[in-house]
Amino acid sequence: MEIGLNHYLVLSTILFCIGLVGIMKRKNLLLLFFATEILLNSVNIAFAAISHYYGDLTGQMFAFFVLAIAASEVAVGLGLLIVWFKRHGNIDLDSMSSMRG
Amino acid sequence: MFEAIAFYLFAFLTITMFYITVSTSQALHALTALAAGMIFISAFFFILGADFLGAIQIIVYTGAVMALYAFGMMFFDTTREVKEKKGNKFIIVGLSTLAAIMIVTIFAAPIVSDNIIALYPSIEGVGNTQNVGMVLFTKYLVPFEVAAVMLLVAMVAGIVLAGKKMDLSLTLMSGAEIEADKEETNKKVLS
Repeated sequence: MEIGLNHYLVLSTILFCIGLVGIMKRKNLLLLFFATEILLNSVNIAFAAISHYYGDLTGQMFAFFVLAIAASEVAVGLGLLIVWFKRHGNIDLDSMSSMRG
Repeated sequence: MFEAIAFYLFAFLTITMFYITVSTSQALHALTALAAGMIFISAFFFILGADFLGAIQIIVYTGAVMALYAFGMMFFDTTREVKEKKGNKFIIVGLSTLAAIMIVTIFAAPIVSDNIIALYPSIEGVGNTQNVGMVLFTKYLVPFEVAAVMLLVAMVAGIVLAGKKMDLSLTLMSGAEIEADKEETNKKVLS
């Protein structure tokens, strides 16, 4: 029972699907952020697995940059969410239609 | 053998945790399950020999991001049950399946063509952390610095956005005070 690259890619795809379902299902913006974290993490697993099975460090480097991007996304996104919640009292997606989009 | 056991165990745990995250109606349960899932994901990094990445995963995700979410949730009304979007089930399932197939294709295409060569092969006899340091501070120095600047920008943005009127507390103010404050803000916005 050798664990190969495909095992990790399939796992990463399953996690990505869970994240996608979360993004399409959720209405609360905070939980949408959680689903985004799941997406980023699933891709990180794929990067690390490819990096390991090809003996190449580039995958790990990209995983680091994805981590950095996730951290800054959380900082800015939560700041915006707090501002929105102070103004409107909820963080539902449906209420954010001031641009009539 | 042990690798297989560890892989399947942590795969099961991670999938369960993330499934709870996207399916529960309690925001606090979602947060806790997500934090647990992040720790289980770091186990994959350790299995794959990416020790430094695993440690960073625990520190950044569970330590920083989850703590930030936990503190951010104090601002929101998290005790209320989360209402779900009522969309077409078939569209959701179809889009997810399509996206999943696309991802598999993206990852499988270079493997099928089998022409990947290691751009920065890891050096034998050197630990993972040392390897990462060597590659990160030579080949990826400019992206590293750009990422540092991006984190600084994000920090400033977070402070500016969330720190506004931190000295006022909506929970400790009386209703009249909040109304007066709102009027003032509206005046400022309108003028």
